[in-house]
Amino acid sequence: MKIIKVVLSIVVVAILTFAFTSKTEKGYKVGDTIEDFTLKNIDDKMVSLSNYGEAKGFIIIFTCNMCPYSVANEDRIIALDAKYKSKGYPVISINPNDPKASKGDSFEDMKVRAAEKGFTFPYLFDDGQKVFPKFGASKTPHVYIVNASAMKVEYIGAIDNSSRNPDAVSEKYVENVIDALLVGKKPTKTETRAIGCSIKVM
Amino acid sequence: MTKTSIFIFFLFAGLISCKKEDAQILSVKTYTYNELKPLLEKNDGKTYIINFWATWCAPCVKELPYFEKINQEYSDKNVEVLLVSLDFPKQVERKLIPFINKRKLKSEVVLLDDINENVWIKAIDKSWSGAIPATIIYNKNNRKFYEQSFDYKTLKNELLTFLK
Repeated sequence: MKIIKVVLSIVVVAILTFAFTSKTEKGYKVGDTIEDFTLKNIDDKMVSLSNYGEAKGFIIIFTCNMCPYSVANEDRIIALDAKYKSKGYPVISINPNDPKASKGDSFEDMKVRAAEKGFTFPYLFDDGQKVFPKFGASKTPHVYIVNASAMKVEYIGAIDNSSRNPDAVSEKYVENVIDALLVGKKPTKTETRAIGCSIKVM
Repeated sequence: MTKTSIFIFFLFAGLISCKKEDAQILSVKTYTYNELKPLLEKNDGKTYIINFWATWCAPCVKELPYFEKINQEYSDKNVEVLLVSLDFPKQVERKLIPFINKRKLKSEVVLLDDINENVWIKAIDKSWSGAIPATIIYNKNNRKFYEQSFDYKTLKNELLTFLK
């Protein structure tokens, strides 16, 4: 009995330690090389970054249907894709939420929202929530810009400096980074923060 | 005459008690980060629990009753809860104020309306990614930041470590 107790408490401590360290310390930082992933798109086809042979890089955005901050940024995400896909930086959006924990974020709901808004980019479902923890994404929207040549993270953060109000934007973080990369320069601001909805897990 | 005065008495008594029961708030104080900052670093004898939330944030709304309960149960132990709303400024009248009245929130609620998120999120805590709910507990001896949801027991246990 005593042994069981001891073993149990060790297991509990191990799980807690893992849970907390994985939350705060894991995840890509600027300069890290990312692993490719394969996720299902709203057209039911599987998508990997390696499918984009022509791309110079990717604007990977963790976003979802239900978070008002994501919704407030939808038009800006569409505009980013319109501006930069032809220049080699397509938007790849990923819904990281567990639909059991966030009603309205199911794969079927994603299809509906994407059709309503006319998404011009893949909207992938992180089924099983294996991908977002690798990135260390904590909220929606959460942007990662990755170059295709070395698959290195160039930027982590927000789309611009006014997530709540598109009329008050005075600094377009993502555009500045990609404009710099397009002319072979190092981006000046590689990390920014904005308020967002925590990613929903059960 | 007496009948009328009794009637008037009851009418007033009724009005007053109604008012007391449904004390409705009509506005919420709005702060920039610089205005809010002094409330995040008071140096008096009290322990402060600052919760960053929004009406649109489901896990925030879920944990609000625990903060309310703590505010009630520990008010005589020098504990004060401040609920800092990150609701969209345009939705204060339509969403935040009705929400506060409907839930009869007793803790103080203020709105943080400051576009400069990239500056103040880091300033509040360097580990904060910007996800909500998020909470600070502090007093003059100790300070901790939590980017997480709380249940009542966990919140109470955290608070108790500050009250030793």
